[in-house]
Amino acid sequence: MKLSRMALIGLAAGSLVFAGCSTTGSGDAAGGATASGAAEGSAADAGGASTAARARRAGYSGTMRLDDPASILAVRKIYFEFDSSEISFDNKLVLRAHSEHLNANSSTNITIEGHADERGSREYNIALGERRANAIKAYMTAEGVNPAQLNVVSFGEERPDLLGHDANAWSKNRRGVLVY
Amino acid sequence: MLIKWVQTLGLSLLLMVSAHADLTIEITQGSEGALPIAIVPFQQPVTGAPTQNVDQIVTSDLARSGRFQPLPVADMLSRPVQPNQVDFRDWRALNVENLVIGQVDAKGPGAFDVSFRLYDVYRGEQILGYTLQTSADELRSTSHRIADLIYETLTGNKGAFDTRIAYVTSIADQTGKPTIHLRVADADGYNPSSIVSSSDPIMSPSWSPDGQKIAYVSFENGRSSIYVQEIYTGAREKLTSFKGINGAPVWSPDGTKIALTLSKGGNPDIYIMDVRSKKLTQLTSHWAIDTEPAWSPDGRFIVYTSDRGGNPQIYRVEADGGKAYRMTFEGKYNAKASYSPDGKQLTLVTRVGEDYRIGLMDLRTRDIRLLSTGDLDESPSFAPNGDMIIYATRNKNRGVLAAVSTDGRVEQRLVLQAGDVREPAWSPFHQ
Repeated sequence: MKLSRMALIGLAAGSLVFAGCSTTGSGDAAGGATASGAAEGSAADAGGASTAARARRAGYSGTMRLDDPASILAVRKIYFEFDSSEISFDNKLVLRAHSEHLNANSSTNITIEGHADERGSREYNIALGERRANAIKAYMTAEGVNPAQLNVVSFGEERPDLLGHDANAWSKNRRGVLVY
Repeated sequence: MLIKWVQTLGLSLLLMVSAHADLTIEITQGSEGALPIAIVPFQQPVTGAPTQNVDQIVTSDLARSGRFQPLPVADMLSRPVQPNQVDFRDWRALNVENLVIGQVDAKGPGAFDVSFRLYDVYRGEQILGYTLQTSADELRSTSHRIADLIYETLTGNKGAFDTRIAYVTSIADQTGKPTIHLRVADADGYNPSSIVSSSDPIMSPSWSPDGQKIAYVSFENGRSSIYVQEIYTGAREKLTSFKGINGAPVWSPDGTKIALTLSKGGNPDIYIMDVRSKKLTQLTSHWAIDTEPAWSPDGRFIVYTSDRGGNPQIYRVEADGGKAYRMTFEGKYNAKASYSPDGKQLTLVTRVGEDYRIGLMDLRTRDIRLLSTGDLDESPSFAPNGDMIIYATRNKNRGVLAAVSTDGRVEQRLVLQAGDVREPAWSPFHQ
């Protein structure tokens, strides 16, 4: 927890290089659901620790390429807890990198998709998905991104990432997705 | 008492239908104390017999309701067709309380007269008799009407067999990519037709009170819009396509308004749209989620789901505005409520432990009785007579529909041949 806060302060001060931290920064109590997947296709098993590690290893720099699978910008999925739109610390690192990218590329627009797991009623889940996507948008806007670059759409539980009906699938389906 | 009943062919001829059932029904829980009834095989015309079997359709309708226990044909001691062939002793011996006999007469190409009589076996008298003019295309519907007439005569409640259900199916191709269909079928799963198909989500079908139109949500342009579509002609109109959520459309009982959810104001709130003028009125205004509106049968109230108290619960507001009134307090998750046709109960989704079940709330006592036993049950919808509720559940990892009688006595599953089925909406009575 202490290290996390230090890292956050470092970020606030404008430092985007995480070399030097050696333990994981998964400060939030999100558990398995913190997992931020890597690039499409390899998301399912990526844990929060690996996201944070990647963030520390890479961070964002102006030379970072969007299509570089080793880049933090390759992390496009932000996972949430049940009935929650709170963004975990690791995911804030990811969103901060994307925000920097969008700030440096003001003609780039993205769509933020909000999704929910299959439990509960469908229209409520549409609302929940939108709340998640809006939480991401609010964070990125606070990071200086022009709101006009951020388009929000909620698919609720209608487009699951994983098709299972268990806790693992649910944790992967409660997500926001950044679509460039 | 023979009454001529002329079937109107109407626009239904325009429907592209297949004769097979889309959903097959499995009775998963039978019922005790059901009324013993015998439906004797109807006499068929010598030539040009219809492909649909009226007495079998009537028999399965009545069995499905849980209120009747039809006698197997093999157990019948006699098979009368005409009144003078009925010997009540044959039926008293089998403890059958009611008897149905009838016949189908060919009246030219594809045209039929269906006659039936219903008897009280113990009193030994006829209590109902009709001749219905029909056609090959309408024969299933006519059979359901016969079941409705028998049901109403013997239970005092209007029958809901000659009704339809709308539902959403998702069927994946070989690559796993799903196609979403909004379908309409008879309440027994027959005569299915797709009214709209898309590779993007389709949600929240709602019937107009006259049964002619369906409002629904489609993401076909990559984001949500609400459409209203005429079922038989396919003509449709885009109702709303605001920034953010366009969801949960539901017709007012008089058909003049549609309640819906929009988040154009920054968060999901309930709005009322006047169907003719398209004028919008905002009904709720709260930073929390307000969605899933449903009208009371008299049109005075709207219930909806809101998480303004920290988790989703059911609230009620007068349809012309006012203060929100919390309806549910039990548990941490109550959502997607709708009124029974008599306005005395709500059906809703309620979380019990880790499971999501269908509940029935008595509005006088506020007690919630559980009607389902699944772990991911959702989207309950009352039959227009209030005697059954259809909902979405899972069985063997597939999305299926289930119907349960509101007294909990009978339960059945409606399974799609392939793929998942969800979001059932029971139609109003046939008009």
